Amino acid sequence: MARHLLTRPVEWLFVNIAVCAKCVPISAVTIEIDPTTKRVKREGVSHELDPAAASAVEEALRLVEAHGGEVTVVTMGMPNAVDEIRKALAMGAERGVLISDPALAGSDTLGTAKALAAAIKKGQYDMVICATESTDTYSGLVPGQLAELLGVAALTFAKKVKVEGSKAVVRRQTDFGYQVVEAELPVLITVSSGINEPRYPSLKGIMGAKRKEIATYSAADVGLSPDQVGESGAREKVLTVGKPPTRAQGTVVTDEGDGGVKIADFLASLKVL
Amino acid sequence: MDFSLTAEQRDIREAVAELCSRFPDAYWRGLDRQRAYPEAFVKALTEAGWLAALIPTEYEGAGLGITEGAIILEEINHSGGNAATAHAQMYTMGTVLKHGLDAQKRKYLPAIARGELRLQAFGVTEPNSGSETTRLETRAVRQGDRYVINGRKIFISRAQHSDLLLLLARTTPYDELSDKSRGLSVFLVDLTEAVAKGQIVINPVEVMINHHTTELVIQDLEIPAENLIGEEGLGFRYIIDGWNAERILVASEAIGDGHWFVERASKYASERVVFGRPIGANQGIQFPISQAFAHIEAADLMRHKAAWLFDTGQKCGFEANSAKLLASQASWEAANACLDTHGGYGFAVDYDVERKLRETRLLMTAPISNNMVLNFIGQNVLGMPRSY
Ligand SMILES: Cc1cc2nc3c(=O)[nH]c(=O)nc-3n(C[C@H](O)[C@H](O)[C@H](O)COP(=O)(O)OP(=O)(O)OC[C@H]3O[C@@H](n4cnc5c(N)ncnc54)[C@H](O)[C@@H]3O)c2cc1C
Repeated sequence: MARHLLTRPVEWLFVNIAVCAKCVPISAVTIEIDPTTKRVKREGVSHELDPAAASAVEEALRLVEAHGGEVTVVTMGMPNAVDEIRKALAMGAERGVLISDPALAGSDTLGTAKALAAAIKKGQYDMVICATESTDTYSGLVPGQLAELLGVAALTFAKKVKVEGSKAVVRRQTDFGYQVVEAELPVLITVSSGINEPRYPSLKGIMGAKRKEIATYSAADVGLSPDQVGESGAREKVLTVGKPPTRAQGTVVTDEGDGGVKIADFLASLKVL
Repeated sequence: MDFSLTAEQRDIREAVAELCSRFPDAYWRGLDRQRAYPEAFVKALTEAGWLAALIPTEYEGAGLGITEGAIILEEINHSGGNAATAHAQMYTMGTVLKHGLDAQKRKYLPAIARGELRLQAFGVTEPNSGSETTRLETRAVRQGDRYVINGRKIFISRAQHSDLLLLLARTTPYDELSDKSRGLSVFLVDLTEAVAKGQIVINPVEVMINHHTTELVIQDLEIPAENLIGEEGLGFRYIIDGWNAERILVASEAIGDGHWFVERASKYASERVVFGRPIGANQGIQFPISQAFAHIEAADLMRHKAAWLFDTGQKCGFEANSAKLLASQASWEAANACLDTHGGYGFAVDYDVERKLRETRLLMTAPISNNMVLNFIGQNVLGMPRSY
């Protein structure tokens, strides 16, 4: 996040936004884990722009439409992830960055965050938007690590995002309601699912996307050495992969005229009532 | 030989599928029940630029080929929708583009591309001429700088949802012609104005599908002579020129329908358990679906060949007509296999099979009946004697 506040006028006239967007197996396929590598099988599986990331792209597009600026999509993935980047470009993003390198395979979340941070640092952005978590592996760890590596505040679980002056203001979803939080730009924001309905690419968008630039970086291009990323750099190790334990069967209350009482008794036994 | 789609064509398919996914079965079912026009769908399609695919970029369209147009319409029908509600906005402008004057193109095409003007009504068929277009009777008489037109058209679709009408009318009486393919001319008619002045009365014709087709009663319709497209007397030739594109696009709709039927049928056949096993395990259920699918894929190849010939500027009359013939037959076969697979539920409105079956049946009859396609192949391609 090279752009420094002091170099900007007080009124932020435009925001340049990097969106971290992942390419995931399409929702119609059941995600499979390779028993030997213990990683999600991605080769030969149809893939799509993560719907959660599409919402992040949409939110970024809405902000630049309101304030001016540009959206850059940043993806770490296999070479064919350019398909997903192109989709984001067709939606209206201006440029794409793909970090792709066999050396990155098997990266843990921190390795992923390092790669994304390194690529983002090559540009100048006022804001980074991520999905809260990806819809294939759901770790939700990358955005926090990324914010730390970039040295910016993280505003998470956004249900609404605004830029006011030099600040980002976020309506943040919590278990019990909303918080309104704000931070000076530059900032990292994670958006909740359902924050918006992503637009679909228009025909003009698709035609225009052909002319937009997609920069492709290797790990070395962004200054990362093999020991920092990939399998070898990973500090998280997957030991075993298993199915979640089946849940114990619930209690069925049969209503024989006294259903209400039975339910009340049951809840009382759990000390809920 | 490379059968794969380009990255751009794949993007187009995906983007159209995504747009269509926001208009689910229930949307189309509701419209069908009310015989209502899919205004919201057509608006979304227009705003995203899909109906301007074939308009050249200099007139603000996307400048794509018929292959891309075919993918767009196929995907709409594949999604469970009905592209016939809007397809004419995509290709009717072709006559203006190909045969119109520069001034006419500048006046109309950009507005059509932007979706501000709808040109999606095409008036050819008449009660007394039917398939024999060269016998049509609607008469256009030149009076100074105007044409005065009288006659009657039938099955003119979307006339109530179009600003403009492309009209084929007679400018020379049939008996005075030595070349019977001459004597007809094409006009652009401002429908809104003509209806307001009472010069065209639109009477809806109720049909077995949600199609918005109408009868037009044309009484002393006056239009400026400058609304003539191309040369007087060459109208039939211009219309024929547009046929190949139309055939390829209609074939694509049938292919989209066919895939819908096969997907629904194979899914249902795998899930529905009767006599202790999925019904799809019975070859009486499985084989008709497999057979229909193979026929659809064969029609798909013919369609792609026709589209490739068209886009590379080669003759494609046989391929385009055959694609329409084969695709409409294959889709009808798939429709029946799908209906049989669903048993009684195939007839239940909530399963959408009966609606799609009714919709796809049209493609064997209109815009041209398959008999006339076979006539064309027998006589024009194989050189056999003319039957009529
Ligand atoms: C829902 C719908 C929408 C339509 N939309 C439009 C529209 O927007 N604009 C428009 O101009 N028209 C439209 N049409 C008309 C359509 O193009 C005609 O119905 C079609 O071309 C057939 O003409 P016809 O109905 O007069 O049949 P006819 O010409 O009377 O033919 C009846 C039957 O006889 C067969 N037949 C006739 N002659 C021969 C022959 N020599 N050899 C073998 N078989 C023969 C035909 O194939 C057909 O099966 C529409 C029709 C429908 C049903």
